[in-house]
Amino acid sequence: MNIYKLIHFGVWAAAFLSAAALFIIIFYILINGAPHLTPDLFSWRYTSENVSMTPAIINTAVMTFLTLLVSVPLGLFTAIYLVEYSKQSRFLTFIRLAVQTLAGIPSIVYGLFGLIFFVTFLSWGFSILSGALTLAIMVLPVIIRTGEEALIAVPSSYREGSFALGATRLRTVFRVVIPAAAPGIMAGIILAIGRIVGETAALIYTAGTVAKTLTSLASSGRTLAVHMYVLSSEGFNTDQAAAAAVVLLALVAGMNALSLYIAKKAVSYEQ
Amino acid sequence: MNNKIEVKGLDLFFGDFQALYNINIEFAEREVYAMIGPSGCGKSTFLKTLNRMNDLVVNCKITGEVRLDGRDIFRAIDVNVLRKTVGMVFQKPNPFAMSIYDNIAFGPKTHGVAKRAQLDEIVERSLTAAVLWEEVKDRLKKSALDLSGGQQQRLCVARSLAVNPEVLLMDEPTSALDPLSTLKIEELICNLKANYTIIIVTHNMQQAARISDKTGFFLLGQLIEADSTDKIFSSPKDKRTEDYITGRFG
Repeated sequence: MNIYKLIHFGVWAAAFLSAAALFIIIFYILINGAPHLTPDLFSWRYTSENVSMTPAIINTAVMTFLTLLVSVPLGLFTAIYLVEYSKQSRFLTFIRLAVQTLAGIPSIVYGLFGLIFFVTFLSWGFSILSGALTLAIMVLPVIIRTGEEALIAVPSSYREGSFALGATRLRTVFRVVIPAAAPGIMAGIILAIGRIVGETAALIYTAGTVAKTLTSLASSGRTLAVHMYVLSSEGFNTDQAAAAAVVLLALVAGMNALSLYIAKKAVSYEQ
Repeated sequence: MNNKIEVKGLDLFFGDFQALYNINIEFAEREVYAMIGPSGCGKSTFLKTLNRMNDLVVNCKITGEVRLDGRDIFRAIDVNVLRKTVGMVFQKPNPFAMSIYDNIAFGPKTHGVAKRAQLDEIVERSLTAAVLWEEVKDRLKKSALDLSGGQQQRLCVARSLAVNPEVLLMDEPTSALDPLSTLKIEELICNLKANYTIIIVTHNMQQAARISDKTGFFLLGQLIEADSTDKIFSSPKDKRTEDYITGRFG
């Protein structure tokens, strides 16, 4: 066996193992979780007997919506500034550095920051609002980076065409560039949704772990991922935790499929 | 005949590099001007000065005067009004990622036309003027990106016409097109001459000879000679023009 065959086998094995790892995880979750998906698990109210995940699902939806409400405009406007308005400057370098750094911070650090700032300093307590704002900061780099890439991918000839018709920069950006970049921007938002839905560490110390459906933004509440974490760390309902994992997996897989579908639509604008 | 645009003592710099040297030329109303010259001679840069597209280039400095109907385009006219009055068609067709209808309606909407009936009328008139209406009237809501290259370029001409310009700048508008589409654009230019002043940059000397009334020859950032197309092609005054025309370089 010569060296080339060995390398060939090596890359094939690496690819196979990577794919296999994913399938084993999915298989494992389904085997352990699917049989325990009982109607009881979806009861309207949580009790320590039924360990229902319905409140957690509702909390997840509200948390996701609230997080996007803050992070999408902020992130998108930052991306627009970086791509369409800024000139090469120190300030620009500073913002890029800040975004890169934000992207590299572990989520537990966001959680501790949220605990110190939103929960304690602003005295919002463990609440959906504290959690959502913490997550908003966490997904900001995702939205900025994907937004930037989507805007950069719009050919400059679009901008020239618009300017040449006497359109202002504002109109050019919002009526020509952003619509053309929309599929890429959407894909980034869906990626962010995946992060939000799957997050635990940043939420435990900010939104807390109360297993009830929220009644206001000041209520503490667990999302589905936190629900799963709590069930499995308590150790009494690990089967139900696995069942929750199946639902979470389906959610995230669905998000990724949607993201892929939208990104495909975004393929090169230039003919 | 009235001069539509007058250029006096125009110098243009990109940083330290001087791209245009002391350009002086007048463009009369309703005539077709061809700007010819080898690659990198500054003819496109000159064209983009006339609607201030060079403003978008960082480090671009311009001195001298350009007047549109006697008014200084750098100081006396709002840049967006200038670009509405002096339309531009680019080298590569650049329709927006929108429907055919929205591509045409974008310009008029920019300048305040909001009524649907009025927009419908402008879309039909512009597409008809660009000889595209018959081909696309049944699919105005379809994406402009699905059109052929030649159709896209005529769409871009229609898009420029939709804002009622008085001058049309064309930057090698046929260089990315097949011969048949090129022919259509050339016919279109000859038709448009009745209403617009047209300045076209071209690589193709035959094209200049076919469609233009006057021709200007650029070399290394200088306007060597500008005269009626007949004269330039039959008896140029400058030796360099003659060399270029007869194919000794370029």
